[in-house]
Amino acid sequence: MLHRFAKLVAGSTVFLVLAGSLVTSTDSGLSVPDWPTSYGWNMFSFPPSMWVGGIFYEHGHRLIATTVGMLTIVLASWIWLVDPRTWMKRLGVAALGAVILQGLLGGLTVIFFLPPAVSTAHAALAEIFFCTTVAIALFTSPGWKRSDAAADDSTLRRLATTTTALVFGQILLGAAMRHTDAGLAIPDFPLMFGGLVPDHWDAKIAIHFSHRVGALVVSMSILATAVRVWRAHAANRSLTRPATLLVALVVVQITLGALTVLSRRDVWINSFHVVCGALVLATSLVVTLRSWRVRFLSEPVRLKPDTTPAVRSVRLQADQKARA
Amino acid sequence: MRLRNVWVTTISVMIAASLAACGGGGGNSVPPPPPGATPVDKATVGDINGTVVLEGAAPKNEPIKMSAEPYCQKVNTTPQFQETYTVGGDGKALGNVFVYVKDGLGNYIYDPPSGSATIDQKNCRYHPHVFGMRVGQTLEILNSDMTLHNIHATPKGNSEFNTGQPMQGMKTEHKFNTKEIMVPFKCDVHGWMNAYVGVLDHPYFATSDDGGKFSLKGVPPGTYTIEAWHERLGTQTASVTLGAKETKDVSFTFKAPAAPTN
Repeated sequence: MLHRFAKLVAGSTVFLVLAGSLVTSTDSGLSVPDWPTSYGWNMFSFPPSMWVGGIFYEHGHRLIATTVGMLTIVLASWIWLVDPRTWMKRLGVAALGAVILQGLLGGLTVIFFLPPAVSTAHAALAEIFFCTTVAIALFTSPGWKRSDAAADDSTLRRLATTTTALVFGQILLGAAMRHTDAGLAIPDFPLMFGGLVPDHWDAKIAIHFSHRVGALVVSMSILATAVRVWRAHAANRSLTRPATLLVALVVVQITLGALTVLSRRDVWINSFHVVCGALVLATSLVVTLRSWRVRFLSEPVRLKPDTTPAVRSVRLQADQKARA
Repeated sequence: MRLRNVWVTTISVMIAASLAACGGGGGNSVPPPPPGATPVDKATVGDINGTVVLEGAAPKNEPIKMSAEPYCQKVNTTPQFQETYTVGGDGKALGNVFVYVKDGLGNYIYDPPSGSATIDQKNCRYHPHVFGMRVGQTLEILNSDMTLHNIHATPKGNSEFNTGQPMQGMKTEHKFNTKEIMVPFKCDVHGWMNAYVGVLDHPYFATSDDGGKFSLKGVPPGTYTIEAWHERLGTQTASVTLGAKETKDVSFTFKAPAAPTN
């Protein structure tokens, strides 16, 4: 049940990321000039008849964010009450802290008129929070608690971890591109000002160019990870399924990126590009965490003096309790 | 004790800054003139008149879709377009060009501005679209619509502000502390709404009308650089020497872009 609820929170967060990206894509970030109130009203009593134009997106984002925040309070409390793993309790609290901080950052973006640094941090923390909810959903899943399927492959661990880090870096670049209005700094695709590299440079072109180069690097890294999974762990569906999904998502993501430029930043294409980026990151995280699953089993122990000598690992002990 | 002093100082500065930022809102507090400044001799002043024209075919203005806001759609029964190129009936006269004395003014004391500048949000458009005002002059921002607006100014030299006006008849006031050409206004609720204000430390500015005409009145004798600013076509300058009680004409010609850019 806790696992299902964790999946609900993660799914709601995807919806929240979509709502947030629509705010940026429609340039509605400042259509509600005050925070935490909305045109002086309490957020929940702001009349729906006034949700017009850009307000629909901005106020909608605030309401969805508040809902996700409340869901996260329930999730963190639930984990605290029923999950015996201390690190899981901490992870639940961390998720709650992240969503609170995210709300404050969202408020700061409004109060300080969308400064790129704060807006980019807001986008980055959104991804971190989303990853945290996905990790919680994974850690509470029955598959995670079964240790027999854990693969011990240091090459895969290195590849998957690197890929996840690269995807996160690429998302940061994308966020910087969105919030510095550099999305069309290079207006053509696949060429750049008619050539393979831009024939002139400024800060926006450099950010945009970095994002395109980043897409290549990330794609190669994802491909390398997937090939490793397919070759070395073909029978392990807990790895092959997310690896295959990862490759499919990155193909969709590159297509959406290209269409964003070609459509001159169509609102929905642009927004789904952001959402798909988050899904790529989450899927890569799942592969990474599953590649590290075996290490969760053999983590060093700090036993209390009166603990039974047979127990090898505090984490193993906690996992076993959770399975029971 | 030292920490307490730091807190007291910090809070005092914040309160002082808040009071300064809130201002009074009322009259026009034009900054004091520089030392040695003399009043303009009204017996010698003249006028600079002129016309702004567009050379070539004016690009079509971008149509506005108001479907996101039923009220705006209801009050605008005819198709609406942006005001980027406000061209007269002859196809040449260019309106909404801000013309001002850019350089050459001496060390003068100017009369304080008479009354406030006003920008009205009516029928989901800004009125006027391009206008000028003085540093320290009060800008009255009105909402004449039965819907809500936010007025969001994005200056470079002055302080950015974003004010919500959820009710019809609401009025807020603002002052700019530094001269700036131009301060853009936009409504983030209704993405098509935009306007520009030129903020100057002297009274010699005007906006060309639908016939492309403008007039800078009461200018003291001297040699001036006059600049004309257009939101899409950029700026042009002209030099004018004005004798005592003279009236001079100056014209600006903007070239239309080869292809529609909006």
